[in-house]
Amino acid sequence: MTATATTTSATPALRHRLAERGVDRLLLLLVPGTVFIALLFLYPFLYGLQLSFQPNTGGPLANYERFFTDAYLRDTIWITLRLGLPAALFNVLASIPIAYRMRGKFRGKRLITTILVVPITLGTVLTAEGLIEYLSPVGWFNKILLGLGLVDEPVRLVHNYWGVLFSLIITGFPFAFLLTLSYLSGIDPSLERAAATLGASPRQRFRHIVMPLLAPGLAVTFCLSFVLAFSVFPSAIMVGEPQGSTHVISIAAYNTAFRDFDYPMGSAVAMIMAVVMLLVIGLVLLWRTTLYRGATGGKG
Amino acid sequence: MSDRFTELTIDGVRRVFGEQVALRGMDLTIKGGEFVALLGPSGCGKSTALNCLAGLLPLSGGRILVDGERIDQLPPEKRGFGMVFQNYALFPHMSVRRNIAFGLAMRKVAKAEQARRVEEALRLVQLGAHADKFPGQLSGGQQQRVAIARAVVMEPPLVLMDEPLSNLDASLRLEMRSEIRRLHQSLGLTTVYVTHDQEEALALADRLVVMRDGEVQQVGTPQEVYAQPVNRHVAGFMGYRNLLPAVVTATDGEHVTVTAEGVALTGVNRNGPSSGEAVVAVRPEDFAVLAPSAPPQADELRAEVEIVEYHGREQAVEARLPGGRAVHLRTTERLAPGDAVRLRVPVERVLVFAP
Repeated sequence: MTATATTTSATPALRHRLAERGVDRLLLLLVPGTVFIALLFLYPFLYGLQLSFQPNTGGPLANYERFFTDAYLRDTIWITLRLGLPAALFNVLASIPIAYRMRGKFRGKRLITTILVVPITLGTVLTAEGLIEYLSPVGWFNKILLGLGLVDEPVRLVHNYWGVLFSLIITGFPFAFLLTLSYLSGIDPSLERAAATLGASPRQRFRHIVMPLLAPGLAVTFCLSFVLAFSVFPSAIMVGEPQGSTHVISIAAYNTAFRDFDYPMGSAVAMIMAVVMLLVIGLVLLWRTTLYRGATGGKG
Repeated sequence: MSDRFTELTIDGVRRVFGEQVALRGMDLTIKGGEFVALLGPSGCGKSTALNCLAGLLPLSGGRILVDGERIDQLPPEKRGFGMVFQNYALFPHMSVRRNIAFGLAMRKVAKAEQARRVEEALRLVQLGAHADKFPGQLSGGQQQRVAIARAVVMEPPLVLMDEPLSNLDASLRLEMRSEIRRLHQSLGLTTVYVTHDQEEALALADRLVVMRDGEVQQVGTPQEVYAQPVNRHVAGFMGYRNLLPAVVTATDGEHVTVTAEGVALTGVNRNGPSSGEAVVAVRPEDFAVLAPSAPPQADELRAEVEIVEYHGREQAVEARLPGGRAVHLRTTERLAPGDAVRLRVPVERVLVFAP
């Protein structure tokens, strides 16, 4: 009896034993790719980090000292934050009402979504050309303002702070909109219906039901939008004033590394850029931990 | 709006989704304090009717009146009806207490009054110990109780329940069913309850509304609908599982004789025709299994047992008639697949309907 029992209860297949421990062998196929990506990211990061501590002249921290004592370099942090924060904030805030109205099913939804998302595919150069065409002193916008007699001389909207901000909003909005829309569709629509039967007006439903459930998603959307905006480079040159009001941090990094051929200094600027981004993201995610982050009842 | 009403009238309410008619002119009067169940298979329009009452769906036609006053143009938040959703729709980011207090807070009820009524509702559904938990930490039955408490804490003039028990397991469903009945008896809140489960509807409701294809088929007390279904569809829904095609041969007052499966059967004429085709309806439990030694009867049906399900005291049996049709019966006789059985139904237990 015991003999038959042991033969029939032979060790289960390896696959089952691995599955018991939560190992899916097929997922092991991802290991080479993951290692490759990790190295691709980690190597330049660590290389840059150590390079930034080996300045061409001075002690290990000389590059950082130079950055923070040279006003032209130091101000790039503020200049870039002044572009990135409002752009990300505007994109997130503007995407809320539009995505909210578009969360249900309606005729023409696909068309409107497509139109709203197209700028993502344009690329910065086309956007910049369009902006110059439209907003420059001899562009349509100023012609209309002048023609209507609303202004006496053209309003300067490109080749300064505003040009870059517009460009960041145009290219960043579709991204924020898509993310917000997907977070919103993850909220069970019957929650709003329940709130309505309990006497909540549309405004109260938005405030007490939708916003609290959406806020953690908005935090993530803001972080990603901010990262995109903070690394602004092409539009700061094309529709900005790259030596002045839009001398952003990525231009500083580029100039030190590839114009002055001071790689260590360029690396230091890149590290400072990363630290500033991480600080902002860290603060936002810290705020996010104070919110409800559980299930939102929907398909999300 | 939160005064109790004496009469709510659904007057020719229609609802169309594109090409599809979900509700074709529903008429119903609900009296204050009544428990009405809308019963029917999925797609019969019962949920549509409930959503129209709640104000969550605009009407395509008709009117809804509360004590003679039209309310069908009001948005849901102005109607003040409580609703219990099939998936409960509890606010996941609020504690049980805040979920229940939500309606009171929206209505700007004073804080102290809010707290008192929430405590009362918590006691009513026996959830006092869980008041500060979040919905995600509760079991299905507890969530269900929160949903009910949230709807009744407002003491709404009308409580709407949309298949509230369908997501619970069998034993919990029975328990919650009694709970809902108990709540209705103690609070006396007018309730409209949507379900596809006839047993649930029979057990809970003062009055049943049987629906099919967007139309009301029959309105009556559970006893009326159960014993005297008006047509074959209601009969089929009320447990008359055997619906056999038949041809009328003779009528005699309230009785009618038909030929079904080659056998002459006499039954009660419901809305059957005086000649031509008809449908014979028989409940599985109304079949009597004749002993093999019993003398042959003119109205006996012969069949061969195919499937036997053990249900404790009884067996549910599916047997095949010579014509190829299956009959379903419940019996305390011990039968086995392959047995030949002779079945008979008392005249009063045979209902004849129009096809």
